[in-house]
Amino acid sequence: MSLSFILQQIINGFSLGSMYALIAIGYTLVYGVLRLINFAHGDIMMVGAFMAFIFFKIMGLNFYVAVTLSIIVTAIVGILTYVSAYKPLLDKNAPKISLLITAIGISFFLESLFNVIANQYLGGTYQAFYFPKWFSAILHIKSLTIPVLTLIIPIMTLILLLVVLYILYKTKIGIAIRALAFDINTVKLMGADSNKIIAFVFALGSALAAIGGISYAMAYPSIDPYMGMLVGLKAFAAAVVGGIGSVTGAVIGGFILGFAEVAIPGFFPELGGWKDAFAFIFLIFVLLFKPTGIMGIDFERQRF
Amino acid sequence: MNNLSLGKYFTLIVIVTAVFIGFLYISPKIFSDYTTTVLGNVYIFIILAVSYNLINGVAGQFSLEPNGFVAIGAYVTALLMLSPDVKADMYMIADPLPLIKDIYLPNPFFTLLISGIVSSLIALTLAFPVFRVRGDYLAIVTLGFGFIIRIFLINNPSISNGSMGLDSIPGFASYFWIGIVCLITVILVYNIVYSKHGRAMKAVRDDEDAALAMGVNTFKTKTQAFMTSAFFEGVGGGLLASSIGSISPDQFTFMLTFQLLIIIVLGGLGSMGGSIIGTFLLIGGMEVLRPLDDANWSIAGIHGIPGLRMVVFSLILLLIMLFARRGIMGNKEIWDYIKIRRNK
Repeated sequence: MSLSFILQQIINGFSLGSMYALIAIGYTLVYGVLRLINFAHGDIMMVGAFMAFIFFKIMGLNFYVAVTLSIIVTAIVGILTYVSAYKPLLDKNAPKISLLITAIGISFFLESLFNVIANQYLGGTYQAFYFPKWFSAILHIKSLTIPVLTLIIPIMTLILLLVVLYILYKTKIGIAIRALAFDINTVKLMGADSNKIIAFVFALGSALAAIGGISYAMAYPSIDPYMGMLVGLKAFAAAVVGGIGSVTGAVIGGFILGFAEVAIPGFFPELGGWKDAFAFIFLIFVLLFKPTGIMGIDFERQRF
Repeated sequence: MNNLSLGKYFTLIVIVTAVFIGFLYISPKIFSDYTTTVLGNVYIFIILAVSYNLINGVAGQFSLEPNGFVAIGAYVTALLMLSPDVKADMYMIADPLPLIKDIYLPNPFFTLLISGIVSSLIALTLAFPVFRVRGDYLAIVTLGFGFIIRIFLINNPSISNGSMGLDSIPGFASYFWIGIVCLITVILVYNIVYSKHGRAMKAVRDDEDAALAMGVNTFKTKTQAFMTSAFFEGVGGGLLASSIGSISPDQFTFMLTFQLLIIIVLGGLGSMGGSIIGTFLLIGGMEVLRPLDDANWSIAGIHGIPGLRMVVFSLILLLIMLFARRGIMGNKEIWDYIKIRRNK
């Protein structure tokens, strides 16, 4: 086992992990505020990738314009899911499980809608994803082969993490989000517009998911309407491993899971088939020994 | 139980059984093959939904892994029903393990029983890690286990024939027998729900800490509910395997769990009658919407598009959740409406 092989695995693991991290931040933000596992979040990521594909390949816009537009559209889709589906239920104090079924309903809706769109207008469910050539350039450093993409994605993730942390801890809306996560009723009593704050949380989470989805689509250059399902669940597992409700935890959890998913089959090829299950096996072990996750806060005792 | 006398209760059970068996006997003669196939499917899903409702609605433990237990039941049934010669021919990726190859018990009754018991024992072993956590964490852990069971089946071709699955499973699960098993399941689960154990489960659901303080062994109660639920899910899985005739790990994805979850929430969590109505609505609704997938079908200038059915279906689901958010039956039962009241 050469050193370069180990380094290679670490780099690939960080790259995959940062995509999980970007999606996990969205889960953790929504869970922190609403205590809702937003099952549709993985599909929001898929919407981001598909919108980028449609803007860039079908409409022929400049790649960076297409990406920016797709992030904006995905954020709007995120807000729409909140306003049209979750908010009416929250207003009526519906049981938590109804919210969860609604989340699953939105997930099905987005998947099947994009399935129909892809079949009717894009010529098939599976589509190759296109992006500017220089992203796919490969650096050769001694015996290491490093695709530029696997360097860009983790760096971008860390920058975005800093941005999210800045928003959460240094801005007015960030204070409002944290207050909402702490005690939603008191925040309402204090006269804050909780709907606007939650809508912002959904927009922020969806925008990050879109970036994660586009990175994912570039790394495995293909997209399909069901791509968000498994990635979304793994990202949720990452959020729980890191400690749900903690943004830094989500990023740490994402990196750990991404690393495990790349490195374990790399070092033990016979475990290759179990790749998709590592996220959940890890999750179960972490919950057994530290039920609140690595960076977690104890949400069990806090009620709305 | 209810405030019917024991004699009246048995009379009621006998009448329901007689009417249902009569219906099972007569329906293949008056309905088309297609309708009876759909009805058979409905009965299997009633078994799954009623037992899933036991852990999720009655005991209030938000578990998301029935797909794993259904898969276990289906595979155990298939492995027991297939003869060693057939298995030797069928395993393509790896040779079957000697134990798996030689095991052969072509008796539908024992096969289903063993499927249920195996599934139930696995639930017992899972209960120790799973019930250390509560609420949403429980949901995600059980979801993980359902996923791991599927990955196990894909990655152990010497046990399960891997992703190729198993086929030519004997079709002992005829329309009539599926109906009978469904009836037995509903009666058994009803008796559990309205027994001492059922009340303990509801106590755990409503306030776990208070139940614990009142002397309910919450871990034991939850494990009992989990094992019972797993038993019937295993039996349902066995029936599913036999009625379809072939199984593969891809049949037992989250989609199956989510379908069951939709059924029990649509019907009303904790209501057995609700689970049964929910099954008819979901399976029936999926059949009614089938023309939407057909490109040749059209109404008022709108043509069917492959995949459109799921779009419409999920929209309807969202609307139902918006307007009937406690499900159709709430947590009431059919007899709550027809004045045969239970003691409080």
